[in-house]
Amino acid sequence: MTQAATAAEPRTLAPPGRRLARVTANDALGAYRLISAHDREGPLEPRPGQFYMLAAAERWGGGADERPYLPRAFSYARARRADRGALLEFLLEAVGPGTERLGSLDPGDELALVGPLGVGFRQPEVGTRPLLVGGGIGTAPLVCLADELGAPRVLLGFRSGAHAEAARLFERPSLTTDDGSVGRRALVTELLAETLQDEDLPAEGLATTVYACGPPPMLEAVRTICAERGVPAQLALESGMACGFGACFGCVVATRDGYVRLCLDGPVLEADRLQAVPE
Amino acid sequence: MSWQLAAGGWQSGFELCGVPLRGPVLNGSGTFDAIAARRAFGDALLEQFPFDAFVSKTITVEPRDGNPPPRLWETPAGMINSIGLPNRGLEGFLAHDLPQLVELPVPLVVSVMGFSVDELARLLSGVGERAEVAMMELNFSCPNVETGLVMGAEPEETEAAVDRLRPLTEKPLIVKLTPNAVDPAGVAEAAERAGADAVSLVNTLKGMAFDPRTGRAWLGGVTGGLSGPAIRAVALEQVHAVAERVRIPVIGMGGIASGHDAREFLDAGAACVAVGTENFRDPAAGRRVAFELAELQALPVRD
Repeated sequence: MTQAATAAEPRTLAPPGRRLARVTANDALGAYRLISAHDREGPLEPRPGQFYMLAAAERWGGGADERPYLPRAFSYARARRADRGALLEFLLEAVGPGTERLGSLDPGDELALVGPLGVGFRQPEVGTRPLLVGGGIGTAPLVCLADELGAPRVLLGFRSGAHAEAARLFERPSLTTDDGSVGRRALVTELLAETLQDEDLPAEGLATTVYACGPPPMLEAVRTICAERGVPAQLALESGMACGFGACFGCVVATRDGYVRLCLDGPVLEADRLQAVPE
Repeated sequence: MSWQLAAGGWQSGFELCGVPLRGPVLNGSGTFDAIAARRAFGDALLEQFPFDAFVSKTITVEPRDGNPPPRLWETPAGMINSIGLPNRGLEGFLAHDLPQLVELPVPLVVSVMGFSVDELARLLSGVGERAEVAMMELNFSCPNVETGLVMGAEPEETEAAVDRLRPLTEKPLIVKLTPNAVDPAGVAEAAERAGADAVSLVNTLKGMAFDPRTGRAWLGGVTGGLSGPAIRAVALEQVHAVAERVRIPVIGMGGIASGHDAREFLDAGAACVAVGTENFRDPAAGRRVAFELAELQALPVRD
């Protein structure tokens, strides 16, 4: 079943059903929540950039507008081997009925999850140095990527100092905030442009591979900046999803080759596959 | 067929339209892509395949990209989708999808939709002659460009179409009914008269949502189809109404999320059930529903 064509993709297979994971911690991290869950039955080594579909096992529904109904997709921030199984960490911000319910989970509560799903980040091209660029909640998948790459350069942008607390998940990141309360008052993409400018660009233009995740306008700016300089970039995108495993066809993103299901061919896409990052 | 008869049969010799099935739980067309799921779950999917027969996504003669996003909207206890039947088209299906779908451990039902009876005829002949295909399902929820009428919305349209299509394949023919018809039971009777072997219902109910920020339709396709537990009561009434009027088997669906829900559909007169939107929440939902239903079967029969 096209195994050969997909064998090389950075994907750890998921068990084919929903399972329960016990919440072990749910801590405030500035404006965010960092939720840890003990996944006893899932794979121990998801790939950075992969995601899980999450729902509260109890009281999923009955919030605003009697929602949520569908599970919500979250890139994992970190996965560690635990006593039995894996300890998964998810970063979230309560912005709607789904994230509000997940953010209210207490240690001991059960999380219903499916995953890991999707295709994660690919290895940097040979001879290039990785540069990670994160915006807001989009910093989550870069945490495990940074761990895997071993102290890469990291540029992070946040709305405010409270959001910038998430930078604690990284070693010595360069920081920007919209209000200047922490780090530089700038957009993280300005920092990216400067960083790439400062490099001694070799003729082949392959000094850096950029890994980015964040809100669509940020990703579009990253895409443009990298395209102008011929820098390869991998973008972790977001899209509304019902299922996460290719069943619903709801999460499609327009690429140069037509629509692709972000849950199946993404969420990480090579930037040059996109004409533009969708709004 | 009462649920007790169905239940008594499905350990041994259970069948639908002459096709032996290991149990009564199918998937709704377009709610599970087995090829995509195998990429996500690997061969474990085949070892724990969630359904007793697999219904393909609807295919059309020509390839389709589907509707522009956004395609989804969450509702209380359900969702609206406006997907637009993206598929590889008949040739792409036969060349690319079918060789992968035959690896599934259960009988294959192929769902087809045409914008005219001629298109449906091409699909039925092209797919129905393939030995790998156990049954065909006609998705009649689409306007006929020749008459402007939705094929499954009127008994006359349905009868004329099935009458013309019936001789084109020896495979059992399932007619998928739309709940947006004035008289679904009348449409089901018409399908039976014209030689359909089974009917399945319900498809999604028409629905819509507006973007609170702009006041405009949220979905790229403007309107969509509502599914999930939100429509279960409507589906049960329609299954009940149809089962009272036809002798052919009824495949019941609409918001089934548990064995208890499935049993309600069997109580309403369905011979088989299909799990749809619940697959999105749990890829193993079909197995869970089948297991819970089997457990319920061991309970004393309710009065």
